This record gives sequence, structure tokens and C-alpha cells, in this order.
Amino acid sequence: MIALFKRDFKLALRSGGGAAIALLFYFAVVISMPFAIGPDPILLSTIGGATLWIGALLASLLGLERLFQSDAEDGSLDQMLISTVPLGGQVFIKSLVHWLVTGLPLTIMAPVFGLFLGMSQDALLASMATLAVGTPAISFIGAVGASITVSLARGGLLLSVLVLPMCIPVLIFGVGAVRAAVTEPDPFLPPFLLVAAISLFFAVIGPFASALALRQGAS
Amino acid sequence: MKLIASNIAVIRGEDLILQDVSFNVSAGEALIIRGENGSGKSTLLRAIAGLLPLEVGSFSIEDPTNGFGGTTHTDLCHYLGHENAMKPAMSVGENLVFWQEFAGQPHLDIDEAMDMVGLDGLQDVPFAHLSTGQRRRISIARLLISYRPIWLLDEPTAGLDAASEKQFSELMKAHLEDDGIILAATHIPLGLDSTKELVFGAIK
Repeated sequence: MIALFKRDFKLALRSGGGAAIALLFYFAVVISMPFAIGPDPILLSTIGGATLWIGALLASLLGLERLFQSDAEDGSLDQMLISTVPLGGQVFIKSLVHWLVTGLPLTIMAPVFGLFLGMSQDALLASMATLAVGTPAISFIGAVGASITVSLARGGLLLSVLVLPMCIPVLIFGVGAVRAAVTEPDPFLPPFLLVAAISLFFAVIGPFASALALRQGAS
Repeated sequence: MKLIASNIAVIRGEDLILQDVSFNVSAGEALIIRGENGSGKSTLLRAIAGLLPLEVGSFSIEDPTNGFGGTTHTDLCHYLGHENAMKPAMSVGENLVFWQEFAGQPHLDIDEAMDMVGLDGLQDVPFAHLSTGQRRRISIARLLISYRPIWLLDEPTAGLDAASEKQFSELMKAHLEDDGIILAATHIPLGLDSTKELVFGAIK
């Protein structure tokens, strides 16, 4: 499993790996918001949290299509399926790597991009905190979608359609927590902890569901 | 050690691909699976590897080699499919190191295995830069770096030149002498001395 982690991490950072692309895409989505909304600082900072979250969600989806598809194309997936290493564990590792190369950089850059939206310091920190605990859920839910669409030639679109609705709870509580951080007297902690709970929940059941889908897909 | 298949049937989608397939292969023996295109050779190998579920029948291992007792037969198999299972963006060496760590049971080291397939010195070349035959040979090297007694080979010589074919048959002979088992689906003779044959007819 450590071998799989090292290899996937290496591949993601090389050309065609897509880690940098996701970050650039995130930047593009966030930066186009002020142009669409207009230079209204109050409005921009109100929807800042939502913009950062939607951008992160869309950018995370970018790399998901290739999560298992590249392995399926070159025959590595067959080797993964027959390996003595538990398949669920392999999926967990691959989702974890996906988060490390997309979710984590997005989280780190979110406060910087948030400056373009005129967000307050509290809102920036709250966005960063909720993204940090919320983006893993996107990777784990996404892995299930990726394994269902692995055998389809144009699986990316279907993947987005499958995964986006599943991510709505994360989005609701994530954006809710950011809003609560700047509006008194709403408490920040309850929605924040719910986001964390959703991530943990999908980190456990996502890999199992995904492994099941991959086995079905192979036969 | 002996691999026994009894009354295997495999269904893919709605089609019955294999029916009443039975055979047994003992340590040191090779089973060559022949048949027309689409007669189910690859399906059989994939079923043995555990990639396809069996509709009826079963595989079993009789007196497993030391150290493999209690494991299922799929853990004893190396599967060499049509694809090479190598990442084009990584170097040949990195690919092989990964498969060795991933598959466990290290056997030959990377340099030795590369030497056995006649490609020593190409460790740092990106896999994408290799020719078709060279890629196949690296894929064959994967069989050597981790130990598995049973080799499942699907068209193993596709893309190999005459010299490499000969080299590969030497490797297979060595594996058989080592009490290994080989099951290969192929159209061309593999250059092995004594082999069993399993011939499939076309599907009705």
C-alpha cells in the first residue's frame, strides 16, 4: 500500500498528472466571480465562502475521472484486483493521494484567492478550516463515482452528475459554517463538525462501495 | 503442487463463454490453451486469475508448495494480460520497483530481471519511450521480480521478435524446472518441450 501511495503521488505531480491544473482551474473559477457579479464589495464578501466552496468542488472533480481510468487502460487495474492487498485499502490510498494533490493545495490557496472576493479575515480562516475537513469527503465520494464510470469512454460527465448531488450536504454545512463564522450569533462549531463527520463517514464507506463497483466492472 | 479445474462455466453478460472445462496441471507442467479468436481463451485465464466470477465449477490447489499453504489459488498466480500494466510517465526501473513492492514475495532483483529479458541498462528510460516488443519484455520481467508459482500468460509473445521469443521460452523452461506451472493462451508455439493442450472450439 505504501508502494501504491508513493507511485500515485509521483504520477500526480508529473506532467499530465493534473495536480497543478486543478489549482489553476480553481483560480480561474474564483477570479471570474468578481467579473460576473460586479465590483460590489459587500455582495462579494457575502458570497465569498460559497464561491470558494463551489470552486473547490468543481476543481476536485477534474482529476477524479482519471483516478481509475488510467489504471484500467494500461492493465494495472487487473493487477490491483487480483492483488493480495485488500482492494478497499487500495481505493482508500488512491483517494487519499487525490486529496493530497487536489483538496489540500486548494485548501491552502483558498485564503489567497479569497482576497479577490474581499472576504474578512475571519471568513478566510473559516473557509480554510471547512475546506480542510470537507474536501476529503469529495475525494472519497468521487472515488465511488470514478469506479462506477471506469469502463465508460466519456465517464467524466456522468461522474460529475453522480458525484455532485452526493456532495451537496458537504456544501451546505461547509458554506453554512463559513457564514456562521462572520454572522453573530450563529455558532461556527456545529456545522463545522458536521462537515468533519461527513468526511469521516465517507472515508469509511467510500472505499468499500468503490471496491464493490470495481469488481462488478471487471466482470 | 497441482492446479485442478473442474467443470468450469463462465457467463459474460448473457453469453455462456465457457462450459464444462476441466483440466489439471501439475508442478513443472505447461498447459497451452488453443482455439480460434473469441473461443474463450482469455476468458478462461481471467477466470483463473479471479477477475471473472465462475457460474459453476471450481478451482483447487492440491498440496501447495511450502509457504503457500492456506492461500487461495489466485494468490499463487501471476497474470500477464494483453496490456502491460506499466505507467508511461515513469521510468522502467520505477515501474518494476513499484510492482515488486506491490506484489510482494520478491524474487530476482530489478537489474537481474532486466538482464534476463535482455534490456539491462534501460532502467532510467521512461516506459513511454520503449518499442512495443521492449514494453512486452519489461512486462515479462514483472513475472520474475516477484515469485508466484503459477503463470497465467495471455498471448505472451505478442510483439516479440524471434530472438526475444527464444529468450522467453528459456525463461519459461527455467520456471517449469523450478516446479512452476504455466498456463498460456497462444497461437504460436512457445518452444516448450512437453506441454498439455486444451483446445477450444468456436462458440455456437
